[in-house]
Amino acid sequence: MKIPSSIWTLLIGIVLTLASLWYGQNHGLLPAAATDEAVLVDGLFNTMMIVSTGIFLLVEGILIYSAFKYRRRAGDNEDGPPVEGNVPLEILWTAIPAIIVIGISVYSFDVYNEIGGFDPHAIHQAPMNQESMKMSGHGSAMAATLSDTPPSTEPNLNQEKSDEAMQDPATAEVRNADQIPQLRNAPGVGSVAPTIGASPDKAGKPAQLQVNVTGLQYAWIFTYPETGITTGEMHVPIGREVEINMTANDVIHAFWVPEFRLKQDAIPGRQSNIRFTPKKAGDYVLICAELCGPYHGAMRAPVVVEPEEAFDKWVQEQLVASKETLNQAIAVNPADLSPNEFLAPYTKDMGIQPEMLHQVHH
Amino acid sequence: MTQAQLQETANIPALLDEPGIRKWQDFFGFQTDHKVIGIQYLVTSFIFYCIGGVMADLVRTELRTPEVDFVTPEVYNSLFTLHATIMIFLWIVPTGAGFANYLIPLMIGAKDMAFPRLNAVAFWMIPPAGVLLIASLAVGDAPDAGWTSYPPLSLVTGQVGQGIWIMSVLLLGTSSILGSINFLVTLLKMRIPSMDIHKMPLFCWAMFATSSLVLVSTPVLAAGLILLSFDLIAGTTFFNPTGGGDPVVYQHMFWFYSHPAVYIMILPFFGAISEIIPIHSRKPIFGYKAIAYSSLAISFLGLIVWAHHMFTSGIPGWLRMFFMITTMIIAVPTGIKIFSWLATMWGGKIQLNSAMLFAIGFVGTFVIGGISGVMLAAVPFDIHVHDTYFVVAHLHYVLFGGSVLGIFAAIYHWFPKMTGRMINEFWGKVHFALTIVGLNMTFLPMHKLGLMGMNRRIAQYDPKFTTLNEICTYGSYILAISTFPFIINAIWSWLYGEKAGNNPWRALTLEWMTTSPPAIENFDQTPVLATGPYDYGLERANEGVPLSDPNPILSAGPNSVLRAEPDPAVAANPEDRK
Repeated sequence: MKIPSSIWTLLIGIVLTLASLWYGQNHGLLPAAATDEAVLVDGLFNTMMIVSTGIFLLVEGILIYSAFKYRRRAGDNEDGPPVEGNVPLEILWTAIPAIIVIGISVYSFDVYNEIGGFDPHAIHQAPMNQESMKMSGHGSAMAATLSDTPPSTEPNLNQEKSDEAMQDPATAEVRNADQIPQLRNAPGVGSVAPTIGASPDKAGKPAQLQVNVTGLQYAWIFTYPETGITTGEMHVPIGREVEINMTANDVIHAFWVPEFRLKQDAIPGRQSNIRFTPKKAGDYVLICAELCGPYHGAMRAPVVVEPEEAFDKWVQEQLVASKETLNQAIAVNPADLSPNEFLAPYTKDMGIQPEMLHQVHH
Repeated sequence: MTQAQLQETANIPALLDEPGIRKWQDFFGFQTDHKVIGIQYLVTSFIFYCIGGVMADLVRTELRTPEVDFVTPEVYNSLFTLHATIMIFLWIVPTGAGFANYLIPLMIGAKDMAFPRLNAVAFWMIPPAGVLLIASLAVGDAPDAGWTSYPPLSLVTGQVGQGIWIMSVLLLGTSSILGSINFLVTLLKMRIPSMDIHKMPLFCWAMFATSSLVLVSTPVLAAGLILLSFDLIAGTTFFNPTGGGDPVVYQHMFWFYSHPAVYIMILPFFGAISEIIPIHSRKPIFGYKAIAYSSLAISFLGLIVWAHHMFTSGIPGWLRMFFMITTMIIAVPTGIKIFSWLATMWGGKIQLNSAMLFAIGFVGTFVIGGISGVMLAAVPFDIHVHDTYFVVAHLHYVLFGGSVLGIFAAIYHWFPKMTGRMINEFWGKVHFALTIVGLNMTFLPMHKLGLMGMNRRIAQYDPKFTTLNEICTYGSYILAISTFPFIINAIWSWLYGEKAGNNPWRALTLEWMTTSPPAIENFDQTPVLATGPYDYGLERANEGVPLSDPNPILSAGPNSVLRAEPDPAVAANPEDRK
């Protein structure tokens, strides 16, 4: 029985559509989605994947079919039919891709709006005062600023961390301390990049948790301005909207947690903000995504998304630890502490496990 | 008589009786013959391709394991920086210029380029610039801030290496600008009088679009690099935030050239493919005018999409949306080309030789790069995959699966014309098979790596990505091996291959209407367009053409408005005489 070509076309079209729909949702190409924003981005990706699979199968199918069906038979030196082109067909394959890309654009626009890309408040809320435009401290190459206000006397936590990092023997050969302007706690120099702000339903409200992030060769430093915690790993609670204010001390770095689907460059001299709401507990990794030097691949920091209680507990631990660092602890007499307890806050900062310390002692 | 015979017969007066023969020494000296310069471009850039390829394989060898165990991280960064710079500025861009040099005067019936000495000067800037760049490895301070050289990083890595990089890229950019002026003037002023723009071969249209793009965008890169060199050497702070400069301004200036550079690298090969597919399918190109104008549309749109490389740099929301939409729209003219090539093949008599196989491979792999390009244009998704291996996969599908396969298709196709000898088909097919397997093995897994969380430009990575990286590395070794059959085949065929004859592919464009290799001044008398450049099978017009119609707007036959017509004064087909 000879099946008419229109039936074949229809059947192939149906198979192609079903295959694309299936693959677009079962590609297994994305890691876990750990924020509300990630879910929206994944929806966009899956849709694009459906359309892409269809186009891919169509083009490759026609190519392979033509290469077999229309190959020149031995001894045939004739030319093919003189088909020079067809305006209605050209219009068709101009219009269909145009409609597809406009559709994807509208969908992207909507997702971008949902994740807070158009938050009108984001730019105005960011600190942009004269104070934040000054850069001082040793190692600074900055000669003059626009402001005459005296330098702040508050301890510059980033500076301390940065000084510590400067002592790290592992990076001795690649350091260029004399060339790095040491900034303050994630300030901008007046240039604030509007990036991903609050989602429309939260626009105008401050985020529930602020975290300042500073990137430097080759480490991330997190400070929690509400509590004064300074740490090398970021903890965020599930369900609370987090605002990250970031900048860089030396060269451009980029804040990227693959499971959050968010990325933002941390640029020296600028402050960039992103907001997101964590939704899935787990241990993730903050990866520097902008080339920042030879050890760029090693610039990673742990990110922990945890339930509210666990987060509050962590904050309490950190508060105690940071008080001790600043010699402000009065409740505990260092003399009463065992060496391990006394060293704990310092060694934790340095990434040394208590077990390792134990081995050194014995 | 077939169309090719009609065109050849009409052009017998254009053949030179004594073509004159080039001595091999001519190819090593300062010559103003566009054909010598064309071959000089092609051979020089191929040598740089091999050097850049070795660097790519060294990079992949480091990435075979998650640890840093093959080269030091500093050397690793230098390797990928030099790999990218060489492949872009010393391989793909000059190869496009090489084909343009060789083919444009022949295709438009001219004796040489408009400015032959300028042409030679443009070429001779390339070898010293390339040697300078590679010499930085010997100095021990190779540039290692990536081919993008973003400040402040590029200001705090090695000063000597970065200075050499800037100098080298400035020289190569200047060479590119000089070449483009030459192509534009030649295309506008040196065509045979009967060839109006709607009779020009599509490769010429593509080079017109490319050259315009080079002229508009390259000076902006030069300006950016000169400012960067002041920051580097003189201590100014144009891009240095410690002195009130802004590193993001550099990114704008850099990408204002470097995104159009993508089209500078692909458009010439869109043009070449538009020549190759109709000839080997024995059918007219489908929708000549649509393809011609889509090149111009790509060229224009290519100028207003640069900030899609900066979606995570912190540009305002509305600007992100603007660049997203313009980037998406580029898919439309590109789609017109792809569908037109498919329609050209459909119903033809496809000769599956090496040139055509590479052309089919070009369409098949480029489409993957095109699709991932549309995905990357979507801002929320780009924010996730920017600076990851997804982007590495995308750009290699476009530049390797597109440009490089296009280059090989063009080499196999025009080899008989350039050397006068046929290239060995068996080894050509071996080359094709190894290239397609190697390329997909190397670059396909990178999509997944990027989506799952592997960032670019790193010497060490999370051990969970080891398996996929191993596949990529072995694929890159296959690509390295694939080059050997090509090199040996090309040299052997050039020396001992079967004699080609003037028009082995029975083509209609004017470069085939002279001897192979072409005579020193190309044509004795002005060649003529007795048939249109793509009028294959016109003798069968009376047998009925699918979708033909008396209305030229609806018709698919020879009366279609989209066709490139012959010169009405000498047209072989009586219906084309006016």
